[in-house]
Formats: sequence, C-alpha cells, structure tokens
Amino acid sequence: MVFFSYLISGISLGSVYAIIALGYTMVYGIAKMLNFAHGDVIMVGGYVCYCALSYLNLPAIVAVPLAMIACTALGVIIEGLAYRPLRQAGSLAVLITAIGVSYFLQNGAQLIWSATPKNFASVVHFDLPESMTSLGLSSEAIVTVAACIVIMVVLTLFVNKTKLGKAMRCCSEDKGAAQIMGINVNRTISMTFAIGSALAAIAGVLLCSAYPTLQPTTGSMPGIKAFTAAVFGGIGSIPGAFLGGLLLGIIEAMAKAYISTNLANTIVFAVLIIVLLVRPTGLLGKYAPEKV
Amino acid sequence: MKGLKKTTKVDFATYIGVTIAFIVMYILQSGKHLSNSLSGQLVPICCFIAMAVSLNLVVGISGELSLGHAGFMSVGAFSGVVAGMSLSNVIPSVPVRLAIALIVGALFAAVAGIIVGVPVLRLRGDYLAIVTLAFGQIIKDLINCLIVGYDSRGLHIIFNVSGLKSVTDLHLEEGGKAIIKGAQGAVGVTKMASFPAGYILVMITLIVVLNMVRSSTGRSIMAIRDNRIAAESVGLNITKYKLIAFVTSAALAGAAGALYGLNYGSLVSSRFDFNTSILILVYVVLGGLGNIWGSVIGATVLYILPEMLRSFSNYRMLIYAVVLILVMLLTNNEQFKRWRGSMAEKLGRGKRAEGGV
Amino acid sequence: MSQQKTRMVPVPSQGIIPERDVGSEPILECRRLGIEFGGLKAVDDFNLTVGKTEIAGLIGPNGAGKTTITNLLTKVYQPTHGTILFDGKETSSMNTVQVNRAGIARTFQNIRLFSSLSVEENVKIGLQGHMPYSTLTGILRLPRYWKNEKRMHERALELLSIFDMQDLADHVAGSLPYGAQRRLEIVRALATSPKLLLLDEPAAGMNPSETAELMANIRKIRDTFQIAVLLIEHDMKLVMGICEGIAVLNYGRLIAKGTPEEIQKNPVVIEAYLGKQKEADA
Repeated sequence: MVFFSYLISGISLGSVYAIIALGYTMVYGIAKMLNFAHGDVIMVGGYVCYCALSYLNLPAIVAVPLAMIACTALGVIIEGLAYRPLRQAGSLAVLITAIGVSYFLQNGAQLIWSATPKNFASVVHFDLPESMTSLGLSSEAIVTVAACIVIMVVLTLFVNKTKLGKAMRCCSEDKGAAQIMGINVNRTISMTFAIGSALAAIAGVLLCSAYPTLQPTTGSMPGIKAFTAAVFGGIGSIPGAFLGGLLLGIIEAMAKAYISTNLANTIVFAVLIIVLLVRPTGLLGKYAPEKV
Repeated sequence: MKGLKKTTKVDFATYIGVTIAFIVMYILQSGKHLSNSLSGQLVPICCFIAMAVSLNLVVGISGELSLGHAGFMSVGAFSGVVAGMSLSNVIPSVPVRLAIALIVGALFAAVAGIIVGVPVLRLRGDYLAIVTLAFGQIIKDLINCLIVGYDSRGLHIIFNVSGLKSVTDLHLEEGGKAIIKGAQGAVGVTKMASFPAGYILVMITLIVVLNMVRSSTGRSIMAIRDNRIAAESVGLNITKYKLIAFVTSAALAGAAGALYGLNYGSLVSSRFDFNTSILILVYVVLGGLGNIWGSVIGATVLYILPEMLRSFSNYRMLIYAVVLILVMLLTNNEQFKRWRGSMAEKLGRGKRAEGGV
Repeated sequence: MSQQKTRMVPVPSQGIIPERDVGSEPILECRRLGIEFGGLKAVDDFNLTVGKTEIAGLIGPNGAGKTTITNLLTKVYQPTHGTILFDGKETSSMNTVQVNRAGIARTFQNIRLFSSLSVEENVKIGLQGHMPYSTLTGILRLPRYWKNEKRMHERALELLSIFDMQDLADHVAGSLPYGAQRRLEIVRALATSPKLLLLDEPAAGMNPSETAELMANIRKIRDTFQIAVLLIEHDMKLVMGICEGIAVLNYGRLIAKGTPEEIQKNPVVIEAYLGKQKEADA
C-alpha cells in the first residue's frame, strides 16, 4: 500500500513534468532551441493565478484561464522580442538569450512579488472519500493526471489533424520547404510558443497546488527536470515528452522513498545519462545520420 | 624568427595585458587604494577568468556545449580544500600547500572529467549539454553527502547516503578537525589564496590553453569541430581529441576551484550549481567563442558588472539580464556585424583578427 | 589532350590493371562488394581491381552509387557483403581512421574542409600523423614541437605548390574560391601520404580550363608520388582523358569495365548514359 502511494505521487509529479516537457519539446522540435526561460514562465503562471485568487478574489475557474492568457501573451512576446531576431544566429546565441530572459523573469518576479515564498492555496482541491485518501490519492493528484492525459490527447489530435498542427510538423521538418509551400514560419513558431506557454501556466497552477509554495525560483528546478524529461523521452517527440515526464516523476518518487532523499536528483540524472548512452536520442527520439 | 605570426602576437598581447593588469591591481591593492569589496574580488575574478578560459576550450575550440563546468570547479574546490587543510601539519609552508591543493584539485577534476567524458563524448550537441548539466547536479548532491575530517591518523571520510550521519560519526581523535560537514559544506577553512596565486593560475591556464590550441592537438580539436567526417577521413581519432579537450578543461577548472575554495572561510556545494555553470558560459559566449583573450575580458567585465550595478540595488540583476539579451541581439544583428566589419577594416586590422582565435 | 597509351592486362583476380603494375600486387581489390540500406541494395556485386600506380576511373549516371562506393572504401559505411582488399590486407575490421592510416585518402563531393582553419593548417592536419608529437610536448613547446612544426610547415608549402597554392597558405580555408577549395582538399588528402587517393567528383563546379589543369595535376601527382588514383566522376571527358582503366556503375551494379576506348564503344554504357535511342526519340 505504501508502494502504491509512492507510485501515485510519482505519477502526479511526472504528469506535471510531462506538461512542462511538452512545452520544451514542441519549441525544440520547431525552433531547434532550448528555451531555458520555459521554467520561469511556469512561475509567472503561478503568480498570476495567485494574484487573481488572493488580490482580486476571482474564482479559480476565472483565475486559471487568466494565468493561461497571461502566459500565452508572455510567451509570444518573449519569442517575438528576444528569439525571433536570432533566427539566423547560432544555437549558443539563442541559448544565452534564453538564459537572459530567464534571469529577467526571475528577477522581475522578485521585484514585483518579493522573494518571500507565497502560500498558494490549491485551486483543485475537493474532498475525497476516506477509502481513497488512505491509498495516498489526493484531489490534486487526480486532477493533475487527468489534465495531463487530456492535454496529451488534445495535443496529439491538434498536431496530427489540424492545419496549424500540420504546419508545425512541416516547420520542424524543414523550415525552408515549409516557407516555399506557403506556410508562415514565423507565425507558426509564435503559435508554438503560445501553446507551450499556455501549457506552462497550467503546469504552474498544478505544481503550486501540489507543492503550495510559490517564489521567483519555483520554476527553475521543475524546468530543468522537465527539460531532462523531454530529452529522456526523445526531444522533439510529443509522446516522448509524456513518457519521459512520467518515468522521471516515478523514478524520482521511488528514489526518494526507497534509496535516499539526498540522492533522488542524482538518481534521476544518472538514469538519464544511462538512457542516453544506450539510446543517444532518447527513448522515442529519431536518429538522423549525417549524409556524406 | 622573422615576422611573428599574427596568432603569436595575439597570444603575447594577452599575456602582457594580463600581467600589466595584475601589476597595476597589485600595486593598488598593496597601497590600500582599492575598496574593500573590489579588493576581495581579485581572487574570485582570477578564478573565473581561469574558468572561462578553460570552458572556452570545450565550447569554443572543441565546439561542444557543456552546461556543467561548475561541477568540475566544485570537485576541485572540495578536494583542494581537503588537501590544503589536512596537510597543514605536514607542510607548514602556505604557498607550497596551496600549490599542492591546486594540483590535487586539478587531478580530481581531471578524473571526474574522464569519468564523464569517456562515455558521454560520443553524444552530440544538445544531448551532451544535458548530460553535462545532469553531471553538475549530481556532483552537487554527492558533495552534500560527504563528511570529511582529519586527525593524526589521517583522513576520515563518510559518504552519508541516508542523511542520518553527522560529524560525530567520523570518530575523530582529540585535536582532529572536520573539514566538510555534509550539506553544510566545508567550514573553518583557512584562507590561503592570494592575488599573486590567482595571477599565476590565470597565466598557467592561458599558457596551457593557448599553447595547446597552437599545437597539433589544438588543430585537431578545431578540425573535428569544423568537420567531423573530414577529420576522420584524414585519420584523426575523434574521441581522443575530444577527450583531451574535455579533460584538460576539467583539470584547469579543478585548479581554479581549489583556489576559489581556499579563498573563503566556508564553502557550500550550491555555490557551484547550474547557475554558476551558466554564468561562466555567458562569459565565454560574450567574450567570443574560441577567442581566449575575449574570455579573459568577458569574465572580468561581467564579474564586476553586477557589483558596479550595486547602486541600482534591487534592479541590478534585472539590468544584468537586459544587458545580456541586448548584447546577444546586437552582436548577432547583421547590420551591426557589417558596421563592425567595416570599422575593423578602417582600423587596419587583418581579416584573421576578426573573430580569430 | 595528349595521352600516352597504357596497355591494360587482365590479372587473376578478374580485374584489369596497367601492364607496368603487373609485377606488384594490386593496391585495391573489391570482391563482390555490396551494401543494403533497409533492404535496398545501393551497391551490389561490385568488383574492381586497381593497380599500384593506376589512374582508375569510376563513372556512372547520377544516383548510380559512386559516392556510396567511396564511402564503403573509406568505411563511412560498413559493407554488408563482400570484401575489400587494400594493399593485400582485408579492411573489414577497420574504421575510417584506420583505413586512412592504412593508406586510403579521399576528397568529398560536397567539399568538407576545416573551414575556420588556415590553408596551411588544413594541410598540417593531414601531415601530423607522420610527424607526431604528444599533447604535452605541444603545451610545453619542447624541442620536438619546434622541429616537427617546422618540418610540417615546409612540407605543407611543398605540397601546396603542386597546385601553386603556397601563397594562399595563411588564408582561411572557408574563404577560398570554390576551385581552390577543391584543390586544397586534394592536397590535404595527399598530406596523409596515401597509397590510394579517392577523388570524389573533383571537377564538379570547375570551368573547362580549371578541369584541364586538374587533369594535368592528377597525372603529376600520380607520377611524383607513385600512388594509385581512383577518380569518381560524372564528367566523361575528364575520365576518358586520364584514366587508364574505367569501371561503369549503374543502379549499384557494375555494367562495364575496360580501357577508355572500350568503354566509349560499349553499347551498354551508352545506353546507361543516354537512355535507349527509341525512348529518347519518343
């Protein structure tokens, strides 16, 4: 039974990672860049939701969409101002810029909301029957996992069935060819950032509901973990992000429970390294050899 | 030799520039003309110059993105501190002990570099980046588990996986001393580092990196960066050269870490986290990839910049972030590049100096 | 184009080599060489013998598998069938680096220079396998470093002078004009002291006068270094002008072998290049 409760906490943590990892993976797939600021968008999402709840006294049903809208706007603005001018530049230049954006968001948040942690009241709390809580289930865990599955399904349908989704896949395959076929590459990339950031907002709210402290650095560690999860699953692959996130969460929870709290992160990263050594492109990543 | 090569001139200018800067700062420091805060920063600046130059060997010269350089610094710092402290009875001379600590730090970091590098260097690009990032995190956690002390019987080390042990479990003799106390890090460290030691560290780092770059090893490393397949076709062993770059860089970072560690009374492993790795990477990228003297200047300016922005108090990191973004946007702007190119020509500089090594 | 006639004679391994090379073992023998990519036979049942100082040609229409053969010989790909005997030794267990050390050097169809290094450094990379010094020697600049660097410098200029490029030594390789980049690739390959030089479409993108000069230089290289050259080309004129034995490839298979005269008259070759006359008319 104890094992079951660890498993549940692992799956719910993994679901959050998966949602964040989706943002990383989509942006990487299409723009071929590591958006290090993604983790901080999560944090902003958390703060916006927090403000809407506690200062404006809005209901959660309004606060969460508000956070999503704010993050979407933020994502699009970041992309347009900081990343778009660097489309032709080397990947390192973009990486450093993303780091700059990350610093900016963290320090901006610190100025606005101060470094003192805020106590985030769970927005997805409802009472569960005794029989379920005794198994270690919580309303947050249920909502998180459900949200993750819904997002996963919707996103897969979106990418495979809609016109914009197809445009995204084209751009990730070959931007030049996509442009020739009349796809507006810039707008498609913008949309990808918008979707990724909206997901980040959801992840932020869920993360803060499960671990109710909110501070300017809240997003960085989950961001790094989710990025790891995306690579673990095969960066650029949507099912890979889902799988990677989930596995990472479970490994982390199990390592904490059965091996060592101190070394949980070490174990997570060690597993990542081993997976990459065996499968250099991650679990579901594609291998593209260089043509000679 | 008739007419020194351009690269040789650049190298000498770098050595001379660093030496002049050292002499000026040293005189100012001895004459107490420096503010306390700046004076206290001289050693860390030297350490971070060495970090940036050594990272440039991997990122700029070898063309591999490493996001865990601070991990090697950490290995060097803690092993160096342990060496420097535990040898205090055996070797009374501080400079000798400091030198030994730096060598120990370099060796441990080199070993860490081999352990990470051998399996990992066959990964490419972003995958290598994520593994080095993971390595940095792992090192931080592992050091948090370390409890180390020494007494007349020698060193005592506990690896505190459960998190339940403490210094008392070392069972030190009377007069023994704990050096690293798990998550508290190293405490009660004797400050041994000095500015001249920092200068020597920077010079050694520069000489190692620059001489390597100008030798067949460096040429091979750059050739592999430029075109891996062609490099194989002319008989270059890819793994060997990548490993040489990676391990040399790690060893130099270890020495820098040891000096850094011995500059403070206490030291925690979170000092060398992901953000520190990133900070060093920023020095390298802004100084110019593959450009060694650029790294020296990048590290110096960017290390001091947050201090100079102190008057903006809360806004300083925000300004730092904005500066970072703007510099990246500007240096990658086509028009700006063209303008800079034409300026460079007007100043009569040859084409090679532009972005050259 | 003046060409002294070489008599090609058959050898036991079923290939033909120039008469003057009969005394020594062929430098290269491919026996039933083949590679499959996911079931697709890119090269199949490929046999070729190259004499010790032969300038051999491998021609074929686009997509025939010529570059794949270069990649097989240099072990960029591992063959799935057959054997390669180089200088009497089987290369099946070797990788690209070892094959180069054994004596096969190549150029690339799509130029692959070390573009940020100087012209001289590109050549030195090829040379350093033969004038090595350790990393530590380089860092400490021990006497051996100075000695070997000096030797490499002199040798690099010497090799560059084959193509009259010694004045370009300090230029960045990536900034050279296209033709010069192709020539530099040849010099770099030569610097590794090969016994067999594989030239993958060296004349691509060159104008007629550059091509003519290249032909003269290829012959000069063979004469000076006494090595074999395998020319992979699609420019018929170049191949017919200098090659002694020619193999023709189509759809991954060898369709003809012989001297330039034989190849020129071979109806199968003509068909492969021009298509069947009737189809062309239709």
